[in-house]
Amino acid sequence: MSKFKKEGKKELPKISTASLPDIIFMLLFFFMVSTTMRETDLFVKINPPEATEVQKLEKKSLVSFIYVGPPLNKKLGTEPRIQLNDSFHVVDDIVSFIENEREARDEVDRKFLTTSLKVDKDVKMGIVTDIKQELRKVGAFKISYSTRKKMEEK
Amino acid sequence: MASRKTPEFSASSMADIAFLLLIFFLVTTTMDVDTGISRKLPPPLDPNVKPPDVKKRNICKILVNSHDMLLINGKPGELSDLKQETKEFLSNPNNLPNLPEKKIKNIEGLGEIPVSLGIISLKNDRGTSYNMYIQVQNELTAAVNELRDELSMKKFGVRFSKLTDDIKIKAIQKAVPVSISEAEPENIGDN
Repeated sequence: MSKFKKEGKKELPKISTASLPDIIFMLLFFFMVSTTMRETDLFVKINPPEATEVQKLEKKSLVSFIYVGPPLNKKLGTEPRIQLNDSFHVVDDIVSFIENEREARDEVDRKFLTTSLKVDKDVKMGIVTDIKQELRKVGAFKISYSTRKKMEEK
Repeated sequence: MASRKTPEFSASSMADIAFLLLIFFLVTTTMDVDTGISRKLPPPLDPNVKPPDVKKRNICKILVNSHDMLLINGKPGELSDLKQETKEFLSNPNNLPNLPEKKIKNIEGLGEIPVSLGIISLKNDRGTSYNMYIQVQNELTAAVNELRDELSMKKFGVRFSKLTDDIKIKAIQKAVPVSISEAEPENIGDN
């Protein structure tokens, strides 16, 4: 029987998992480079419209965000609401919001403050116009309508 | 003494650490869209000062109603025509009398250039969808950008979007200004 003894026990070679951390590190670096730290939780659904003539917002630190859209929590209804920083607000609160944002920045930077309006595409213009009127009243003239860049399919 | 074999270092926990960091970043960050159409709002109207009169030929009236239908100078129009019509309005290549007049301005970096006095007056309904409003803004901005590209090609041989010299950029911006005036929205069309 010894002639038919198996030549050593043939084990299946173990799959080397030494490269697994490398793959994970690559994914990690990708996320570190392409994303930004989210400062506020979104309570409203925002699906921005697409446009071709868009410009990048420079200096994220000099931008205040106003979010408008239907609330994510269905219990709060389907009417679009305004979210400033972390809570829901009304159009009249915008003046004090902008003044607070101004106080929080340096004297020099105040001229360069931009307000980014992140509005869901299905919101009606009535509420957006009210917001713009309030921004004009408080002197925040630089605004940016947040849009996704439309990929040109020529 | 034979050199002892150093104990093998187990790399299995590296994967765990990497997973933890990855989950942390997935949870705390967003791929935020940070692009947008920039605008400068006009200062609020002083109720004591009468707004300056503008000649009818210098205004292009664009109306959008609550059904997202477009009216360009009284004629119903499509979004796709808006850009071309705006370009013709703003450039007035044949100096037609029913299109805006041009004023010769001396611009640093370009010299004496005829600048159009045309203003695009945009009026929305409170029920217009934001998407339609943005598409209209997009077409108007595209018209201005194309005119800027053409002027920049003619004067500097480079497209406006590829210019890097600040003086040249400001000069082209002054020569083809973004003059969009927005009126208070009312209820035009059925609501």
